[in-house]
Amino acid sequence: MQSESAIIPNHAWLAELEKSSGESASSCYQCKTCSSGCPVAFAMDLLPHQIIHMIRMGLKEMVLKSSSIWLCVSCESCTSRCPNDIDVAKIIDALRMASVKSGFKLGEKRPSVFHNSVLSSIKKTGRLYELGMIGSYVLRSGDMVSNIKSGSLLEDAKVGWKLFKNGKLKLIPERIKGRKEIKKLFKKLKRGERG
Amino acid sequence: MKVSYYPGCSLHSTGLEYGKSTLEVCEILGIELNELTDWNCCGASSAHCTDEVLAIELATRNLVTAEEAGLDLVIPCAACFQRFKVAEKHIQEGKKPVVDTPYQGKVPIKHLLDFLIEEENFKSIKEGIKKPLNGLKVVCYYGCLITRPPKVTDAINYENPQAMDELLSLLGAEVYPWSYKTDCCGGSLMLSRPDIVVQLSGKLIQKAEETGADCVATACPLCQANLDTKQSAISKNLGREVRFPTFYFTELLGMALGSGEVSQWLKKHVVDPRDLLKSRGLL
Repeated sequence: MQSESAIIPNHAWLAELEKSSGESASSCYQCKTCSSGCPVAFAMDLLPHQIIHMIRMGLKEMVLKSSSIWLCVSCESCTSRCPNDIDVAKIIDALRMASVKSGFKLGEKRPSVFHNSVLSSIKKTGRLYELGMIGSYVLRSGDMVSNIKSGSLLEDAKVGWKLFKNGKLKLIPERIKGRKEIKKLFKKLKRGERG
Repeated sequence: MKVSYYPGCSLHSTGLEYGKSTLEVCEILGIELNELTDWNCCGASSAHCTDEVLAIELATRNLVTAEEAGLDLVIPCAACFQRFKVAEKHIQEGKKPVVDTPYQGKVPIKHLLDFLIEEENFKSIKEGIKKPLNGLKVVCYYGCLITRPPKVTDAINYENPQAMDELLSLLGAEVYPWSYKTDCCGGSLMLSRPDIVVQLSGKLIQKAEETGADCVATACPLCQANLDTKQSAISKNLGREVRFPTFYFTELLGMALGSGEVSQWLKKHVVDPRDLLKSRGLL
């Protein structure tokens, strides 16, 4: 008889993820090269090779709730070094998308808020308006109070002021003529259409 | 020589001096940079983790414009460069999901650094040196996305790239070897997890100092921003004052080619590198 904690591999999720990422997690032989070279491994709850293995075990909820998938900086070290040519960074991208879609509480909210702030800025003007994006990020992330307390907001404001003074953070966003085209691309995304 | 040019959003804002020094250097070298008409943001670090098709479509809208222009496309930003290469491979290799675009995949996409060390440009740089960077000790920092992953970027020496080392050696600088050329600075976690960026960039600064170099040269606006703007937090972390100058390689190139605009670029840095240059008799 199996104990309650036994892991019953769920191959359906593996197949689903291999399809959405276009990558074969099944080819992994757990050499740990990905985790050894990962610059953010020190801050992760699950290491990259563990994530790959857990995908094969079908541990969907644990993987999609992990902070690691949001801490990945897409530096592509793992992808470049995998002896089995698995694009690990692309699998992580697919996991981020699956995580948002799943409705589970995100293991790390802030990077996702950052990406949303960047994309909504691009959607409006066709280019990234950094000052607007930073403002939107600070408001949406809910970090304002803790950042004031820790003094990091003041520190950031000092650097920000220096950048602003030097013309590196502009007040007026650059707007491209083809804004409609860009909006159309985002609309397709919202409707879930594929080109 | 004429090429198409994609500055990307950063070179108009936080990486302003990278953009200005790129334009100046190319003008001195007689390279005509034609900025892509009505270019849009490539989506950089955020689009590809949100929607694969959107990420490719944002890059290919620019590639279509470049294909119409019919020239090689030069990109100074590492992240933009890599996103354009991802789109190129996706379309060339007919990968799924299929992206609806007229782009044929025919534009040669080059990072500025690789473009400048091409034979003809390397020769004009060599002939144009007015003020060699003698006495300047530098480590070259490439970051992640100029070279990785090699199946996308087509980089050969992706663990130990050489382009910047060769270029700065040509300019007369003393280029120090180090093992952190392609280690990550923390990239786009700058706002969302600055603690991680301070760790990673702090390690890079520390390791660069340990080589005995005076400064670090970069070829990416996000790398430079992380290394330059996080030094007060890095100092707090290390319990000592750190002030390590961070250049764009184009600023050093402009200086060696005798540009009069160098100070205008350098004064925009958070850690002002001008004292170092004065102490070496270069400014």
